[in-house]
Amino acid sequence: MIGDGAHIPFIAGSYVGVAVLVVGLLAYVVWDSLRVKRQLAELEKAGIRRRSADAASTRTDTP
Amino acid sequence: MSATAVKQPNWFARLAHPGQFLAWTRFVVWPLAVATAISFAAGLWFAFLNSPEDYQMGDMVRVMYVHVPNAWLSQLVYGVMFAAALGSLVWRHPLADVANKAAAPLGAAFTALALYTGALWGRPTWGTFWEWDGRMTSTLVLLLIYLGIIALRRAYDDQIKAGRIVAIVTLIGGINIPIVKFSVDWWNTLHQGSSILTASGPKMPMSLLLPLLLMLLAFTLLFSLLQVVRMRTEILRRRAESMSRQAALGATR
Repeated sequence: MIGDGAHIPFIAGSYVGVAVLVVGLLAYVVWDSLRVKRQLAELEKAGIRRRSADAASTRTDTP
Repeated sequence: MSATAVKQPNWFARLAHPGQFLAWTRFVVWPLAVATAISFAAGLWFAFLNSPEDYQMGDMVRVMYVHVPNAWLSQLVYGVMFAAALGSLVWRHPLADVANKAAAPLGAAFTALALYTGALWGRPTWGTFWEWDGRMTSTLVLLLIYLGIIALRRAYDDQIKAGRIVAIVTLIGGINIPIVKFSVDWWNTLHQGSSILTASGPKMPMSLLLPLLLMLLAFTLLFSLLQVVRMRTEILRRRAESMSRQAALGATR
């Protein structure tokens, strides 16, 4: 059996490495999502609409 | 039957329509996040506080609870990308390319973690961080394939062309997955063979298997959560890009 005391750095290193990358990945995914949502909101605020949205509204407006 | 009757799309086509996908996944994100957090809490509790040492490896066995899920995801994510590449090339499904693009960085991250935790597990148990054997080398090749796919997509301005080329490369790269999976059977290797999915059932006691299964569930839920959020973001990004192009065209007229 491997003596455990000497191997704590390997166990801790594994978990800390995984935690750092997973938290980093989560933070990046959330940041990217918020950034794109903000960009979309700015475009909509500037009065720019999607062609499909325009077409949809035209369809509903027209009897 | 009327001649003008339009064939209704099936339930899958409806769910997979980008607009519909955004609508129904809105209700999936938070439940997935909660389920992921609960699974991690339970898995880590068992991994650290309620599982015994291994009779040979001692406490080093606890590295298994993060190494095996990442190794599993490194292959599962590629499977998702492979299916997406088929969907992209065969059915030209709009969401397929979105799924492929969203999954690639996640697959690269999980593969890097599998290699990292494997190296840390290997040093005390095998006496080396790295060995050029079948399993480790094919997993390193898998990481390089992920990175190549990410770089390839970024090299193109035309996202439709990029999607098609990435899909072809993804299908070709799929050859590596059976090599990763069966490398431990085909070649002599330091890496142990499969110990969960075997013909005679799992080769480990329940006290070690339960934390492992909980951590496998937690990491799989984490991937599902990240994939759904990234796919939603990618759909919105494409929408924003299309609106920006439309605005630029309007300005030049």
